[in-house]
Amino acid sequence: MPLLDARNVHGGYGGMNILNGVDMAIESDQIGVIVGPNGAGKSTMLKAVFGLLHVSQGEILLRGEPIHNLPPNKLVQKGMGFVPQENNVFPSLTVKENLEMGAFLKPGNVKRMLAQVFEFFPPLHEKRHQPAGELSGGQRQMVAMGRALMAEPSLLLLDEPTAGLSPLYMNEIFEQVKRVNSAGVGILMVEQNAKQALGIADKGFVLAAGQNRFTDTGAALLADPDVAKSFLGG
Amino acid sequence: METRRTDIVATPSRLPLREILLFLALLAAVLGVYAAMGSAYSTRMLVEASCYAILALGLTIQWGYAGQFNAGVMGFVALGGFSAMFFSIPVNEAFWGSELPGELGLVLLAMLAAILVVLGATRLDRLGVPKRLRTVIAVVLGVVLYLVVINALRDVTDQIESQAGFIGGLGLPVGVGWIVGGALAGAVGFFIGRVCLGLRSDYLAIATLGIAEIIKAFLKNSDWLTRGTATVSPLPWPVPGPAEVGFTLARAMYLSVTAVMIAVIFFLLSRAYHAPWGRMIRAIRDNELSAAAMGKDINRRRLEIFVLGCILMGIGGAALGSFNSMFDPQGYLPLNHTFLVLVMVILGGPGNNLGTIFGAVAVYLIWIMSEPLALFVMELVVAFGEGTFGWEAPTNMDSRALQARVFVIGLLITLVLRFAPKGLLPEKVRHVA
Amino acid sequence: MNELVFFINNVVIAGSVTGSIYAIGAVGVTLIFSIMRFAHFAHGDMMTFGAFMVLLLASAFPGAGAAFGVPAALVLLPVAMALTALLAVGIDRAFYKPLRAHGVKPIVLVIGSLGVTLMLQGLIRLFSGTGGQSLYVDDRKEIFRLALPFEGVRVPVVITEPQLWLFGITLVTVVGLHLFLTRSRLGKAMRAMSDNPDLAQASGINTNTIVAVTWVIAGGLAAIAGTLLSLDVTFKPDLSFFLLLPIFAAAIVGGVGHPFGAVAGGFVVGFAETLAVFNWSVLLRPFRDSLPEWLTQAGNLAFVGTEYKIVVPFFILVVILVWRPTGIFKGKVI
Repeated sequence: MPLLDARNVHGGYGGMNILNGVDMAIESDQIGVIVGPNGAGKSTMLKAVFGLLHVSQGEILLRGEPIHNLPPNKLVQKGMGFVPQENNVFPSLTVKENLEMGAFLKPGNVKRMLAQVFEFFPPLHEKRHQPAGELSGGQRQMVAMGRALMAEPSLLLLDEPTAGLSPLYMNEIFEQVKRVNSAGVGILMVEQNAKQALGIADKGFVLAAGQNRFTDTGAALLADPDVAKSFLGG
Repeated sequence: METRRTDIVATPSRLPLREILLFLALLAAVLGVYAAMGSAYSTRMLVEASCYAILALGLTIQWGYAGQFNAGVMGFVALGGFSAMFFSIPVNEAFWGSELPGELGLVLLAMLAAILVVLGATRLDRLGVPKRLRTVIAVVLGVVLYLVVINALRDVTDQIESQAGFIGGLGLPVGVGWIVGGALAGAVGFFIGRVCLGLRSDYLAIATLGIAEIIKAFLKNSDWLTRGTATVSPLPWPVPGPAEVGFTLARAMYLSVTAVMIAVIFFLLSRAYHAPWGRMIRAIRDNELSAAAMGKDINRRRLEIFVLGCILMGIGGAALGSFNSMFDPQGYLPLNHTFLVLVMVILGGPGNNLGTIFGAVAVYLIWIMSEPLALFVMELVVAFGEGTFGWEAPTNMDSRALQARVFVIGLLITLVLRFAPKGLLPEKVRHVA
Repeated sequence: MNELVFFINNVVIAGSVTGSIYAIGAVGVTLIFSIMRFAHFAHGDMMTFGAFMVLLLASAFPGAGAAFGVPAALVLLPVAMALTALLAVGIDRAFYKPLRAHGVKPIVLVIGSLGVTLMLQGLIRLFSGTGGQSLYVDDRKEIFRLALPFEGVRVPVVITEPQLWLFGITLVTVVGLHLFLTRSRLGKAMRAMSDNPDLAQASGINTNTIVAVTWVIAGGLAAIAGTLLSLDVTFKPDLSFFLLLPIFAAAIVGGVGHPFGAVAGGFVVGFAETLAVFNWSVLLRPFRDSLPEWLTQAGNLAFVGTEYKIVVPFFILVVILVWRPTGIFKGKVI
């Protein structure tokens, strides 16, 4: 049974449909990457999965259980974590407090998970008593991912984790995504940097105009001349 | 996506059934009051309701047109009332015959000079004075000059109080006081608006609440200007008074004056609402970001509409003050002069002038009728209590019974916000997506 | 020296008293603002409600304090706090929550809270009447006169028992709040929600719980502030509008959404009020001989008369809004 199985998802804001039938399935040990041109509905799809958007048609299953249109805090309980693209830390809280908020629903796990997250992101341990608002963009992204991991999710949703970061940090973030995944967390992420992202993807979804255009393994998509021509800039 | 603006197109051709029914019901209620309470009483009620309608129109353009919440209507009403009093009552010879006007004038001149000096000091940095030093100089100058002027003013006003009672009026036609009342209220509104309108709307509510209490405190404690708690009466009317033509006729004539004012205001507001200016105001209210993106000077438009609303409140307050024929600063209450107006607007339909006028008359009618009703219910309860358990009612039952009305007004506000946020006659804006 | 004691009595002590009361009130307002993003106008009447509950309880159990050797009102304060907290949560459920659920603009919530304030005012006055009543139902207000050990000082420093309690309770409250917000899970979640409500929800924080906790704290604090105010003077049911302005001014001065800024703001406003109504000519008296005559002749060098006290917080409010709308400690929202 796939970890996440979205079938024919329609949805949008205020009566305007942005998603016009998207299918998406990933297994529990996979990294799924959504790419596509601006306005294709990439982030919208991620929000629909995380209950931030009304799904008007179709269904989304988490391990076979329907979850569409559940509120986000219920989804966190069911093992989903979400890292928004912007405003993804609590700026006035310290790094440690930010992470603790991630485990709000499982206060018993805080100590163990803190140790684990600090192991994943060593720079955070050093800065644990600093307000997250004072960190650099890349470190904030680590805090945001760490916060989401604190709840021990089985599926982590990342919305453009490398947006606005320097290429150096970008590679580091991709490395960390891979490590998180190898620890047994399924990943679904939206990325602008399509080539690098598809490079680590087990599954790639190319969206256009709110629909699947290509769906295949990351490597196959990278090799496909059609995809390269129209979406990867040649 | 197709966007059509139908809000500028005239309302659909259907018969305005809702309006007609509501106004017929209101008419029936008014006639009922006439039948039950007599024409003199009922006409008085209508005059007061019409003055309140002017206040409500002032609030509806602030809240309904522009989404600004003014929690200090009372202050602007009191300013209008003061102005109506000051300009219309007879000249006080005991004051003007003495040397006091000269002294008062000198103090006022000194005040003006002090303000100019302090303002000048705030510009010192342009002469090369460091900014920090400039600030210190300006603050110290401000404090010292303030103390000097306020002491001189206290001396003069004490003398006025002991020698002449108060400075009296100017003996001018009533209309002058009304116009100046509007201007005064507008000036205070301009000051508040300049400070608050660029910020979150909560701040405007806090500041207006505060300025209203300050205006009231000033009018209440400035015995030299207003006789304070001693009150001033009678105030002249713009039409022949009851002594000359009898209560009903005099009040009916007064009513015709206020009715004409409402008609003029209504006409001008409707024109403005449908003009580009009104569309801009609503665009700002409905979507600030896009309005700003269109390059519209938001704060200036906001200030215009806020000042306009305050002017209307000042004029309405002046008309109300003259009609009461007595200026009593203590009679200005947040409940009667702020929240009652608020209920009129949100119940009638914020942004809809017709709805606002309907709300004003209907709510005022209920308000007036609820006073005897509340007392009656209270008496029943007391009589019942005394008869059955020998309960001894507290002596100040009457004043307590009136507190029930405070509760009801509060409840009404919360209920309308929740269940009929657009009022009985909603603003006719149609957005077609 | 006598003048200095006079200054201590009229400014230092009086300013600390009003400052403490404003501080506790402003903390409540600022917490509500940071979680629900609206200025809660019913706070003044919530304070009155808390004090009224104390008055009712103290009238019902006048002997409650004797067992502990403290005024009955203080022993019963926790009960009143619980009742006020309950009221606050109830009001939110009945009036604010439906409005929030409709997604109204914050200013509509402000108007709603004005409606609530009128309802509370009406109810309280319906039952209490409009006159003032002492919270010292069956106890005696102790007044301490501390003579200073200096020669020529005839005037003692005067401080009353409720004022001492007030300083103690304020201190405990502020420290307790600090510990709650920085150490406890719920307190941290409150700060998180104030920082970023969407992310708080995405972290699995139940925002409804946080809202309820906020009301419980705000209600409890309102009951403390109202009771302390009424202990210091008397219980007056019609204070609310006069409390609102200084409390909001304090919250804004301290930076909205900043609890400790609100405490600082409370003291700023409280001291500003007492300094403004203090007659400065008293302090000039010892230097009578060396000062120019016109200065010593001035009988009254107070900035404003006590009847214009309300001008002070308004003035502070205007200055801060013009000069630095985010407040001293950079509040979140303007």
